[in-house]
Amino acid sequence: MQGNALRLVDCDRLAVRLGLTREMTLADARARIPDLVALEAEPLADREFLDGVAAFCDRFTPLVARDEPHGLALDITGCAHLFGGEEGMIGLVRRSMERIGLMSKAAIAGTPDAARACARFGPCGIVPPGREEALLHPLPVAALETEAETVIALSRAGLKTLADVASRPSETLSARFGEALAVKLRRILGREDRRIIPLRPPPDCVVERHFAEPFADMASLEAVVVRLIGEAARVLEARGAGGRVFELGFFRSDGAVRRLAIETGRPSREPKALLRLYRERIETLADPLDPGFGFDAIRLAVPLCEPLGTPQHSLDGRAVEEEAVADLVDRLATRFGRDRVLRFAAQDTHHPVRAAKALSAAAPQPETAWPAPEPREPPARPLQLFEPPQPVEAIAEVPDGPPIRFRWRRLTHDVARAEGPERIAPEWWRDGSDEPVRDYYRVEDAEGRRFWLYRIGVYGVGAVPPRWFLHGLFA
Amino acid sequence: MQTAASPALSDLRRSLAEAALRTGPAAAGRVGLGAAEIDAALSGGLERSALHEVYAAGTAGLAAATGFALGLALRAARGDAQGGVHEDAQEGAAGSGRPILWVRQDFVDAETGRLHAPGLNEFGLDPARLLLVRARDGEGVLRAGAEGARCPALGAVLIEPWGEPRAFDLTASRRLALAAEGSGVTTLLLRVAAAEMPSAARTRWQVRPLASRALEANAPGGPAFGLRLLRQRGGVAEREWRVEWNRDRCAFENRTVFDRSDTSRRTDVPPLSRPLVPLSGDGQAAAAGPDSGLRRTG
Repeated sequence: MQGNALRLVDCDRLAVRLGLTREMTLADARARIPDLVALEAEPLADREFLDGVAAFCDRFTPLVARDEPHGLALDITGCAHLFGGEEGMIGLVRRSMERIGLMSKAAIAGTPDAARACARFGPCGIVPPGREEALLHPLPVAALETEAETVIALSRAGLKTLADVASRPSETLSARFGEALAVKLRRILGREDRRIIPLRPPPDCVVERHFAEPFADMASLEAVVVRLIGEAARVLEARGAGGRVFELGFFRSDGAVRRLAIETGRPSREPKALLRLYRERIETLADPLDPGFGFDAIRLAVPLCEPLGTPQHSLDGRAVEEEAVADLVDRLATRFGRDRVLRFAAQDTHHPVRAAKALSAAAPQPETAWPAPEPREPPARPLQLFEPPQPVEAIAEVPDGPPIRFRWRRLTHDVARAEGPERIAPEWWRDGSDEPVRDYYRVEDAEGRRFWLYRIGVYGVGAVPPRWFLHGLFA
Repeated sequence: MQTAASPALSDLRRSLAEAALRTGPAAAGRVGLGAAEIDAALSGGLERSALHEVYAAGTAGLAAATGFALGLALRAARGDAQGGVHEDAQEGAAGSGRPILWVRQDFVDAETGRLHAPGLNEFGLDPARLLLVRARDGEGVLRAGAEGARCPALGAVLIEPWGEPRAFDLTASRRLALAAEGSGVTTLLLRVAAAEMPSAARTRWQVRPLASRALEANAPGGPAFGLRLLRQRGGVAEREWRVEWNRDRCAFENRTVFDRSDTSRRTDVPPLSRPLVPLSGDGQAAAAGPDSGLRRTG
């Protein structure tokens, strides 16, 4: 909608044949064709769809970028031979697009801009290296994709094709139309290259299997994965690297792509361990892997590699044990999620809750040291801590004696022994100045249960009576 | 027929005998509790490569059962105890050892509080050695526990579901026991808010809290537990002990004399324990007066 008028954003082939164009108002279009089917434009949905197509194209090359507004640029450097050369590849891409119900125009050229110009304004097909000028010179100046005014100005000057523009000295062009035009021209004619920015960062290592026929046999799927893992392990070993993240991509023939990631706590290339993680991952899937009409290709990518030397078996077996524990952590983290397999790290604070931080065990662990407990003293901190603390009703001696009796979860506890108070001041730099001081008591009730209680406030001071909380349980 | 069957039969006999040797008490190492009387009764301690169950005595025993189970795990995971024979624990042995895996159901956290790392540290477990898995449900707890029980690099596995999840049947416990046997990892099943049910565990304990020996000024002492051995496969009948956890030695200690130094306790004193009161063998604050329960602080 522009200037209060509904306009056509795009029209299909039939509409174009009937004389409709972009930017035409809907009223005009309706006047010409009364039974026009018009749908509201949904740019976001279009974009999402395009991303889906990009994921689909991932099977041809790992480097797929969006080519605004509704194209895709694929960097096929070193990939084309896998699909029968450039000829075979462009045919395959076209056929694949047709199969998922899309009409497509495709071109292969030395630079992304040349390919784009060729696909949008030219004959499509392949532009062999060195033949850019011959094939691209006849293209209209619109292929420069500058503002409409520039195009008009160029046409008025009698420059109708790229050949006309290219024949002018580039200094004159940039003086008149700006440097951008000259750059664009150089790029289209393959004199200057530009890198595309892929949607997904290129992985460090990729191994894949393409199938001549869609592959739907779930039973032998694992065999394929096993072979891919083995290949990836060999590649990684040759490089002296190990992967931290392994990503399996299942490319379905109907265009859907399913990706499963396996993460390891440290660099790894052990096929057995990886296979175990893969099985773990498959088992925990909320919606199982659906082959549909079969997979076209399966790819194992290693987006994140780290150096990993040849393992040395130490004599004391300590390293082997650590390895085994790290493997266990990986398996558990794959099954239950990284945030559910935890290790504790000490924090330098007196605040009881903040004194320890639970970190994912799958992530690298910070080196923290815990203070050695005071010998021959009973534990000063409870084994289990309530968060938030549980309010209790308590009777205590004024002004700041330990509780004599308290009620927690509908049970009355008579205190037999008590120690305290241990005053823990709030961290004003975190909690603000309103947070009250807590007086902690270790108490034992008549049955022998040990609790950690605290009081906020002091009896007889201030209008509000002190409140008691149960914060933890000692063994 | 007869001739064909007999070699097979003798093979079977031999493999059975080997299996008995492998699982027999002589072959597997034992984890002593550290308290001489209990270890003697258990002929050396708990079997290392086996499943053991610890039940909390009612809701009151939740924290005590957790403490006892952790103590057992620490004993099992000690770095210097690989021989399995009961030896004198050295001072400061508490810090070193293999990692311990603790699998906990989320609901336990809500009900009894989360594990508190400084508290674990004070109990004798260096939190850096602890690997905690928080599972949403009973099945998850069981699965993570079984995974851990199969990993021979661990010192001990503590499995703590809440209540009686359907997954925890005899078959599941048998599977855990087999995993523990195979890997040699002491596997402890900590049952809170659960009724006793058949299982493949070697021993079954019930733990209740016990009043500690008071320190100066009637302060609560170290962790103390009332243990009841409910069941032991091919072993002693039901027995009871009273123990204290000594963090510095990383060992349990017998408390033969039930020292009730405070007389301020007014309720549920079992009449039988009264005659024992004066016989305090450890001389710790035994003379605390009746009015020492109310202490003025500040």
